[in-house]
Amino acid sequence: MYKKLAIGLALLFVVMLVVGCASSTAGPSPSPTAPAQKQSVSTEPAKPAAKPANPELILATTTSTQDTGLLDVLIPMFEKQTGYAVKTIAVGSGQAMAMGERGEADVLLVHAPDSEKKYMAAGHGVERRLVMHNDFVIVGPPQDPAKIKGEKSAIEALKKVSQAKAIFLSRSDNSGTNQLELKLWNLASLDPKGQQWYQETGTGMGATLNVASEKSAYTLTDRATYLANKKNLNLDILVEGDKSLLNVYHVITVDPKKSDKINAQGALAFADFMVTRDSQETIAKFGVDKYGQPLFFADAGKKDEEVGG
Amino acid sequence: MIMSRKPAMLEVADLEVVRGGTPVLAVPHLEVRKGQTLAIIGPNGAGKSTLLLAMALLIKPSKGKVWVAGEEATPENSLRLRRRMAMVFQEPLLLDMSVAENVATGLKLRGVGRAEREKRVAVWLERFGIATLAHRRARSLSGGEAQRASLARAFALEPEVLLLDEPFSALDAPTRAGVIADLLAVLRGTRTTAVLVTHDRDEALALGDDVGVIIRGELRQAGPISKVFGAPVDVDVAGFVGVETIAPGMIQTHEDGLAQVRVGDRLIEVASDLDPGTPVFLCLRPEDVTLQTPLEPGQERMRSSERNRLRGSVTDVIPWRGQLRVTVDCGFRIAASLTYRSVSEMGIAEGVAVEASFKATSAHLIPRVESPNGREGLEGE
Amino acid sequence: MDLIWGGAVQAVELIVRVDHEVMSVTLLSLLVSGSATILSLLLGIPLGVILALGNFPGRQFIASAINMGMGLPPVVVGLFVTVFLWRNGPFGFLHILYTPTAMIIAQCIIASPVVAGLTMAAMQQLNPKLRLQILALGANRYQMVWLLMAEARLPLLAAVMAGFGAVISEIGASMMVGGNVRGQTMVLTTATVLETSRGNFGMAFALSLILLVLVYVINVILTSVQQRSRQP
Repeated sequence: MYKKLAIGLALLFVVMLVVGCASSTAGPSPSPTAPAQKQSVSTEPAKPAAKPANPELILATTTSTQDTGLLDVLIPMFEKQTGYAVKTIAVGSGQAMAMGERGEADVLLVHAPDSEKKYMAAGHGVERRLVMHNDFVIVGPPQDPAKIKGEKSAIEALKKVSQAKAIFLSRSDNSGTNQLELKLWNLASLDPKGQQWYQETGTGMGATLNVASEKSAYTLTDRATYLANKKNLNLDILVEGDKSLLNVYHVITVDPKKSDKINAQGALAFADFMVTRDSQETIAKFGVDKYGQPLFFADAGKKDEEVGG
Repeated sequence: MIMSRKPAMLEVADLEVVRGGTPVLAVPHLEVRKGQTLAIIGPNGAGKSTLLLAMALLIKPSKGKVWVAGEEATPENSLRLRRRMAMVFQEPLLLDMSVAENVATGLKLRGVGRAEREKRVAVWLERFGIATLAHRRARSLSGGEAQRASLARAFALEPEVLLLDEPFSALDAPTRAGVIADLLAVLRGTRTTAVLVTHDRDEALALGDDVGVIIRGELRQAGPISKVFGAPVDVDVAGFVGVETIAPGMIQTHEDGLAQVRVGDRLIEVASDLDPGTPVFLCLRPEDVTLQTPLEPGQERMRSSERNRLRGSVTDVIPWRGQLRVTVDCGFRIAASLTYRSVSEMGIAEGVAVEASFKATSAHLIPRVESPNGREGLEGE
Repeated sequence: MDLIWGGAVQAVELIVRVDHEVMSVTLLSLLVSGSATILSLLLGIPLGVILALGNFPGRQFIASAINMGMGLPPVVVGLFVTVFLWRNGPFGFLHILYTPTAMIIAQCIIASPVVAGLTMAAMQQLNPKLRLQILALGANRYQMVWLLMAEARLPLLAAVMAGFGAVISEIGASMMVGGNVRGQTMVLTTATVLETSRGNFGMAFALSLILLVLVYVINVILTSVQQRSRQP
């Protein structure tokens, strides 16, 4: 009896191995959640994927970026064009940059400009290119107890929330979103940490929005994640459009001098790719058919100050 | 003490086992003759099981050697020698499978082919009367059935030496009698050499040819059963082999092979070679003591070959092993073994005056040495 | 409630359609956790047997370490494995971080103490005299161990199920050392987290249900083997 069981298990294992290998070499198909995209017609001839010397590329980016689904479209495009195999590791901006510092990633796609500047100043990165932006919004319960709806200034809105002692959720995870939120509190000369109405979730944007919806709380979120989750949430956009709420994305190549294991060529190829006309068009159209409005605005080539102007 | 005329099947020498710093077993020499059954008896915790495990090559003694069929046991040949023996424990220790599969286990381990296995299993299930249980799960057997299965498993191996560690203690009396009878028949039929450990001397008497007495880790005496039971070398052995009358005395005179021993205020005649002036213990088995109630008027006394006749009164009557143990105080205590019928016919009860008699050749003397710590000395081997 | 029902419907639809992505995620889950379990059995069972039957200096210490290891938080394992495997770490030259191999290693480290600890307990509850009896029947050391394990097969199978259960549902370590890379290291548990954080609750439920069914089927198989050994 045991012999049969052992043979059965071994066979099952072999079958799994074979099928598993077959399916992973077949390559990933677009995520079921990504809106159906027409591949943009490229004016540049599609280069056949000539296999580069070191095809493995580690891209560190943020969970919110990955959650939008944009990378599910861009990465396969890049892989097909260049033959690189990209490992997208989605963590918080803080962790992504820490990985860059340690040389554990080749290229970063992050949106925490202040930290990025420190990063570049410390010499951890080589190229830093503007790719796109979206914006943050302050969302909250439809009843809006702090009465911030329509407020033009994000800082003023936060002051009102503080005065009303309305529940405000912070991601508290050193992500780009979190860093912006803290910066705004700072500019408002407020220190909400430790107060009872200021609660820290320590999780990603999607999860934090769900908690805010449950608790009828206010929170800062990027528009894209909000739109993606809107149908499940009982939250409205209350404050938008303030320049301080811009969420700017840069691609940064990690300094290859850190270690010889860094794929400098691949990183550069990716940075180049993100600012090509095709990619920028793809970015500009992303989300339109699903949400009626694009999730991102393509900014390659602009100067930092011009963004959102 | 060597007792072999036939070659020894199993032999140990200078055997010592130490556990946790304390010596638990010390056996200078012991043999098992081929085709004979050696019973190893002693009180609980004496070290008998330890001795058996060492003989079975299942534990490594701290000191000493074991020979199996003349071959000295070493770590290299241990497995091979073990496969010439088989062992049965107090618990049946059957595995979670059918009875037939259990009985076949040893054969399978030793690489016996399937056809041969099936044959032997059938034969031995039959011999122990459990053929109908062949396909039952071992867990569902009663105590007696399980122990029979364990015995069948051991015999199926056709071992040259069979070792048994109190195999019947966990069985109730009627089952025990049945299993002992089966085992005896099989042992006689196959002429297997056997070593039986037991704390029950009746089992030893029933099954053993030779006996070894272990008390507190030491082998006190070994030899044919009649010799050990009839002439124990010291008080501990005497007590264990069923000598119930042990009384201190002193040899007064000695002639014609008979010693006159003063015990209390009586003079006893015992066949012995010991010299006058030797302090001794008088040993008597209860079976060797006869009781008589005083003569009725008109009854004639007949001459008897029992040289020792002592008057005394009964102090108690206790049931013991299916008979009655009558203790008589005649200056010292003598224990006699009588049937219920005798006791009732003779009207023996507490306080009744009786005469206890026994032969000079039935009594046995053990030299008594008064040592400083009060422990009686042994007769040296 | 409609989410659960909707999730169930979506799950069935995905399976019937043999949705490529879901199939590959499911197969990867099975492959990674299955391999990790098998490896942990190869490591854990002998270790458990040796600890139960053996007697050597340090045995007590190792046994306590194993018991402590049973309660080891998986994320802690994930963190340690990540640090060892990342590029600049001692084993960076292997380039296995963010691959299924790394996940198998992490899961194996998580499951092995569970298997070893339960095996040790299973063997220790056997009658100590049984070992002597088996040896007396003429078994060599390997035969003896095999027979004792057969005697303890019920709790041993429980150890297997516990080992598998520990890793198929594991998420922290798998996330850290695997990176949840689509098409490469995404398994059912990490995919569920991803879909939840994206707000695709329906998909998340579908994946969860598939995971539940998978775990149930495997446990049914193992339980039936286990209970078959236990005849009246």
